[in-house]
Amino acid sequence: MTAPAPDTPWDPSQPILEIEHLSISFFTRLREIPAVMDFSCTVMAGEAMGLVGESGCGKSTVALAVMRELGKTGRIVAGSMKFKGRDLAKMSDEELRHIRGSEIAMIYQEPMASLNPAMKVGAQLAEVPMLHSGMSKAEAWKLARQIVADVRLPDPDRIINAYPHQLSGGQQQRIVIAMALMAKPALLILDEPTTALDVTVEAGIVDLVKELGEKYGTSMLFISHNLGLVMDVCDRICVMYSGEAVETGSVTEVFDKMRHPYTQALFRSIPLPGADKNARPLISIPGNFPLPHERPKGCNFGPRCDYFEKGRCDEMDIPMSHIPGDDRHDSRCLRWQEIDWSAPPTKREVKEKAEIGRVVLKMEDLRKYYSVSGGAFGGGAKKVVKANETLSFEAREGETLAIVGESGCGKSTFAKVLMGLETATSGSIMLFDENVQSTPIQKRNTDTVSQVQMVFQNPFDTLNPSMTVGRQIIRALEIFNFGKSDAERHQRMLELLDLVKLPRAFAERMPRQLSGGQKQRVGIARAFAGGAKVVVADEPVSALDVSVQAAVTDLLMDIQRENKTTLLFISHDLSIVRYLSDRVMVMYLGHVVEMGTTDQVFSPPYHPYTEALLSAVPIADTRVERKRIVLEGDIPSAMNPPPGCPFQTRCRWKSQVPGGLCDREVPPVQVLEGGHQIKCHLSREVLATMEPVIKIAAE
Amino acid sequence: MGLFVLRRLGVMLLTAIALTFVVFFLTNLQPNLEKLARTEGSVRMTEEAVQDWIAQNGHSGSVLLRYGQWLGVVPGWTYTDEKGQMRGRCFEIGEDPAAAPRYCGLLQGDWGFSTFFKTPVMDSLGDKLAATGWLMLAVMLVMVPSSLILGVLSGMREGSATDRTLSTFSIASTATPEYVSGVVLVALFATAATGISPILAEYGLIEPKKTLFLASATSAMDDITFWNFALPVMTIALYGIGYIARMTRASMTEVMTQQYIRTARLKGVPFRTVVMRHALRNALIAPFTVIMLQFPWLLNGVVIVESLFNYKGFGWTLVQAASNNDIPLLLACSVVAVVVVLLTQLISDIGYVFLNPRIRLA
Repeated sequence: MTAPAPDTPWDPSQPILEIEHLSISFFTRLREIPAVMDFSCTVMAGEAMGLVGESGCGKSTVALAVMRELGKTGRIVAGSMKFKGRDLAKMSDEELRHIRGSEIAMIYQEPMASLNPAMKVGAQLAEVPMLHSGMSKAEAWKLARQIVADVRLPDPDRIINAYPHQLSGGQQQRIVIAMALMAKPALLILDEPTTALDVTVEAGIVDLVKELGEKYGTSMLFISHNLGLVMDVCDRICVMYSGEAVETGSVTEVFDKMRHPYTQALFRSIPLPGADKNARPLISIPGNFPLPHERPKGCNFGPRCDYFEKGRCDEMDIPMSHIPGDDRHDSRCLRWQEIDWSAPPTKREVKEKAEIGRVVLKMEDLRKYYSVSGGAFGGGAKKVVKANETLSFEAREGETLAIVGESGCGKSTFAKVLMGLETATSGSIMLFDENVQSTPIQKRNTDTVSQVQMVFQNPFDTLNPSMTVGRQIIRALEIFNFGKSDAERHQRMLELLDLVKLPRAFAERMPRQLSGGQKQRVGIARAFAGGAKVVVADEPVSALDVSVQAAVTDLLMDIQRENKTTLLFISHDLSIVRYLSDRVMVMYLGHVVEMGTTDQVFSPPYHPYTEALLSAVPIADTRVERKRIVLEGDIPSAMNPPPGCPFQTRCRWKSQVPGGLCDREVPPVQVLEGGHQIKCHLSREVLATMEPVIKIAAE
Repeated sequence: MGLFVLRRLGVMLLTAIALTFVVFFLTNLQPNLEKLARTEGSVRMTEEAVQDWIAQNGHSGSVLLRYGQWLGVVPGWTYTDEKGQMRGRCFEIGEDPAAAPRYCGLLQGDWGFSTFFKTPVMDSLGDKLAATGWLMLAVMLVMVPSSLILGVLSGMREGSATDRTLSTFSIASTATPEYVSGVVLVALFATAATGISPILAEYGLIEPKKTLFLASATSAMDDITFWNFALPVMTIALYGIGYIARMTRASMTEVMTQQYIRTARLKGVPFRTVVMRHALRNALIAPFTVIMLQFPWLLNGVVIVESLFNYKGFGWTLVQAASNNDIPLLLACSVVAVVVVLLTQLISDIGYVFLNPRIRLA
């Protein structure tokens, strides 16, 4: 595989990809916008290089530059990119075309969007060898079938004749991977390959990528914002900030002996095991990411850095300096030798635990079924989709209840039913002793509506783009009948901006002038406008960058402490759930499979699904040892759930239950000590033998 | 699929009934019937005589019943005058009423008698439809490929010089209505005194006093030649070309920014193949509906062009029927139009499914 092609004399001991002092700019009519500046990195044969950073830091631009796919406006202004010793930046289009797809292949963020919707999967795969090695159509399809089997897709014959929309997200991503592997490339560029996927699916894809990398000896450039994932996959890492590489080195060195303040701040802002919302809260990075044309002089991170020294850090461009003793470990910091890297953070404030009060929300035996037509032509038998099955729980004042599960598990349906956007099929929802289960939101009185509010997942779509921020909050106040006069409402709006820690001047701004985190703050202000008692936060931070996530989460926690709000935190991110919730409810295919306090859920005994879920979450900590449990297959469709236990098709403990009970009966809810509920057939003895998934090695 | 087509045909039938009823109602309004009475009978008829004529010729009674007769689901009217002579919908004066069928309407194949052409509607409409069919076919053959090529060429590299040139052409052509472009084309190509014909004649490329193209398409009724048919076809096609090309361009530019196009490029697919294999099919999905919508629109377009070039087709007939208050002919024209519209929509829906694998018929 690594044998050089005849026309490229290349020695495998030399780097596959060598980027030196690369600068890329985008040219608009107004100005030149530098996207990447002075970027250098080296990828050796068989090595996996991780590129980490927040959105807008230029990591995808680097990836696309390697492919020379910068669009009409992007241009490489300086530096070189040598692939197997040949400078990519100077290649002609024709030469490039031969390298693309055959020697360098790319795997993309959104598999659905990157597959041609009107072409069969097989045809898209077979195109690669037909183009690059002149293979005949029949042979190419045969190879496609074989590679599809290689990426462990079931029933390859059916899959190659399917259209992309007929496959699930995980399967689509496997097809994209298969497409990249068709020509056995020397370098694979992965641009956030699992961001759009569920955690358990992500775990499968990551395993596959690692295995294939080893099998074919492919070098990888792995782009991600998820530090845990990078630790899992990569040998080396390069941290980027605002267009520059700020630190690069081997994964263990960068994770354990970081030598750049940004890397350090990044690690302090992500919830690792051991973080706690009261005793050890996250530390968010102050300030905002600089826009490309507003970068400060000197160190780009300077304005947000704790170690900033005026007159030194803002004087001149900072060069990369080598950290002696380590293997190719560099940092773009002038003061790395002066900073005490092992000192504990100074700003960490310990917060008081909020008191948990009376029950405000109680759901009993809630069910929500949808009926859909089954036939392809609109006719056919009606099918029932059981989105929520026998949901029972209570939530107390001041409590954070996390609802965890993958896409399709019914967590959003649950939120809709609670909000009154849908009415439940049966069961009851008691909100402050008032039954609201069959009252749609149009019929709820203003009081109830203002008491139950929602913070939405995507702050980019949930604000009206043509209304100022202040106006939107005032509108909410009007709807909630708050205040007697416009002046009073205006005053309250300003207070709300204070509450979410936004400057009052933002009232006059339009949503497009705000960053993602700021928009989400407006969303939170809107939700709390009517003094909400129960707030459903549907993945409120998943669309935000890590450094912003910490700030928004902390804001939610602070408001909760002050207002004694009950927070229903819907999320698929177990790290953040572990950090901020008091109790956790795990859902799978409409069923609550496990419920208990955070400690109970995150330590054995687990429900087999929770166990798999926990093991699938990558953790950015070299001390953590994780047991790998990769679930086979996809989540079954809610239209056609398996009989008996919903999880039985993917459960690794199934053999421990005698008599095939899992195939026949929905398991009963077992209540273990401390009110810990598990919906499983496993006996208590078997449950007691479970080992913890995550172990933290002794320090 | 079969079920879907059947259901669509059912809906089509209902729509056709509703639409033809509207046309029937409008053409059978009282003042219209009075006008008919005066043209058929005598211009100097008294008010009373007019009412008598209407009643004696089966135009009185409820609109629904008369519509039923026209459809052929209600027995045809009969009238016996004071001389004992029987007249009726289903037989000529003098024929034996007993031998005539009770029902005679659309369903029985009796479309009525054209008061203007003095022939059964079926006969006069059949030839005309065939003539228009040829015209439409020629227009489609010119319009669809050229507009798709224009659209794809300008859409594949948005903002390039090619794009701007072709876009300007499409906008100009679609902004020119047929009655303008027709006149301009005739002046340019089909007059012996102006345009390019005298110049060509001077160089001896065409015979003196002849024109490059013929300004009248009447001779095309018998024998279609490039000479007599080019101008009417171009007049209709020009407008449509611009329109479809704009649609194709918009859809093409959108497709070219899609991620799967980037995927294809980064697979090393040459640009030509990217356009032909990856972009084209996806880009055709949106304009396909527009192209199918052109068929009913062509029926409209031919009204102007057929009058302009004196081509005796469907459009020309429609104009004659309308200006001469020929109710049965007008009704028949509307039936034809409704069927054409609905049929093309059905075809477009089915074709859409074949182009776009994500759509399922429902």
